[in-house]
Amino acid sequence: MTPTYYLVLAAALFTIGAMGVLVRRNAIVVFMCIELMLNAVNLTLVTFSRINGTLDGQIMAFFVMVVAAAEVVIGLAIIMAIFRSRRSASVDDANLLKY
Amino acid sequence: MLNTVTLAADIKAPSMNYEALAPMLIVFGAGCASVLVEAFAPRAARHIVQTVLTLVALIAGFVALLFVDRDGLKTAADAIAIDTTGLFLQGTILVLGLVSVLLIAERSLTPGGEFVAHAAVAPGSTDDKKLTASVYSQTEVFPLTLFAIAGMMLFVTANDLLVMFVALEVFSLPLYLLCGLARRRRLLSQEAALKYFLLGAFASAFFLYGVALMYGYAGAVDFASIHNAVQADRGDETLLLMGLAMLIIGLLFKAGLAPFHSWTPDVYQGAPTPVTAFMSACTKIAAFGGILRLLYVGFGELKDDWRPLLIGVAILTMLVGSILAVTQQDLKRLLAYSSIANAGFLLTGALAMNKEGVSSTLFYLVAYGFTTLGAFAVVMLVRDADGEATHLKRWAGLGRRSPIIAAVMTFFMLAFAGIPLTSGFTSKFAVFSAALAGDAVSPVIVGVIASMILAFPYLRLVVLMYVTEPGESGADVHVPGAFTSAALTLGVVATLLLGVAPQPLLDLAEQASQFVR
Repeated sequence: MTPTYYLVLAAALFTIGAMGVLVRRNAIVVFMCIELMLNAVNLTLVTFSRINGTLDGQIMAFFVMVVAAAEVVIGLAIIMAIFRSRRSASVDDANLLKY
Repeated sequence: MLNTVTLAADIKAPSMNYEALAPMLIVFGAGCASVLVEAFAPRAARHIVQTVLTLVALIAGFVALLFVDRDGLKTAADAIAIDTTGLFLQGTILVLGLVSVLLIAERSLTPGGEFVAHAAVAPGSTDDKKLTASVYSQTEVFPLTLFAIAGMMLFVTANDLLVMFVALEVFSLPLYLLCGLARRRRLLSQEAALKYFLLGAFASAFFLYGVALMYGYAGAVDFASIHNAVQADRGDETLLLMGLAMLIIGLLFKAGLAPFHSWTPDVYQGAPTPVTAFMSACTKIAAFGGILRLLYVGFGELKDDWRPLLIGVAILTMLVGSILAVTQQDLKRLLAYSSIANAGFLLTGALAMNKEGVSSTLFYLVAYGFTTLGAFAVVMLVRDADGEATHLKRWAGLGRRSPIIAAVMTFFMLAFAGIPLTSGFTSKFAVFSAALAGDAVSPVIVGVIASMILAFPYLRLVVLMYVTEPGESGADVHVPGAFTSAALTLGVVATLLLGVAPQPLLDLAEQASQFVR
């Protein structure tokens, strides 16, 4: 099996995630799409690690996981706070800041 | 094509030059200590303890910075480059961070200060109203600020794309939270935090994909390896160009450059004003420090590929920022668009591709940082019962009721507009002349036009304060407390000094424009 397929799969996942961020309306789903993008990056890193024959890529994937976990903590805290004040997690409802 | 994965049999611990890392370690350590203060200090004592701890840590970090070897060295397995540019940027972040902390710690303008008493209580509830009137506030803002400052210091010295990404998150995550902690108009503040977080995380995902593609291209992510791979022209060029584009997208977002600027006005308006001031001064420094290092150290060989594109970005940013600033009715939004336009001026200097380009960008960052901190400090003073009165109408006739504050604001506006004898003139002159010397003529022409357009909103505020009759809806001007007075004085003195006698700092920036690879 050529590892290139995994690169293509990762690129497809990254694109699906990016599209999801742009079209979905619920903040939680938008956030999940961002996590999908980060995990697509992890797959890319591990595949390149295999192609290059070095372990650096796998170690980087661990770093990405830790950062993503920290991001989840912050993100859910913010989304929770906004849900408690508005009873809605839709990004369309958050529309007070304009002009 | 497949190689066997070599197993790491003997992992050697990287050598650390603790002396060179001391400034960062002090601030990171103080951040951790500050978390412990939150856990163990009694509530009434926390604010004063945290303020003292934060200020002492930043001063200690700056003192430690003065003793660092300036020859340029790499440490921590070549992941961190302590060179003169990095040290200059770290010093600037520490000084401007200190001034921001003065604004963050200010409590005399309103009971409890600018930060919410309890972020978990829903806005508008009876508990919330009771807490808003109390003297309590979330003192977690101090550890968050310390971590953000330390992350920025790491970001400008990162010599490795992975460290750069981690540092980017270390300074971004606390900022997302800080944006949502305003005491008044909490819905706006939470909305700003949500928008900043979602868009910021989106942009970091792009940056990270760029890191992965660059690892695929060069087999390593440190700038020296990438530079060597580019020079030797090995690897797949598609990966290289796609990766570079993604990295640049991530950094353009952080720096607030068009077309990735759209978060700036919303976040600047919704965030608590001291945090807005901190972001407009320090985040800009960190972002441009990262852009300079990435482009000059990592991808200098590729400049024919990225320079035309970024010249287009600079032109677009200056036009978008200046034209939209004209239409604004809210002072914080106006300053946000002005910061977008200023990011365009900064990029013009960074694209000069010569030594003057780097030194003028460094000088501009210092000068702009002090002026914008001062301007936001004035915004904090003009208030009504509902907090800050940021609508421009409320500023009408301010010059009669409070001549000193109006004069200070006028001075900052003149500095933004680039009038001679202020730092705004010197810094714009420096970046434009560097860009001309580097044959980047078109952004300079647009830059001059954008400066002229921008003079209109700035001077409109001045006219509003002095000429327009004060309406019934005028706001009160509060007497600044000790901290705000100190921040304002520093802002005025730095803006004036860097306009009248800029040479010492220009010389320092000139000596500082030296990267190690």
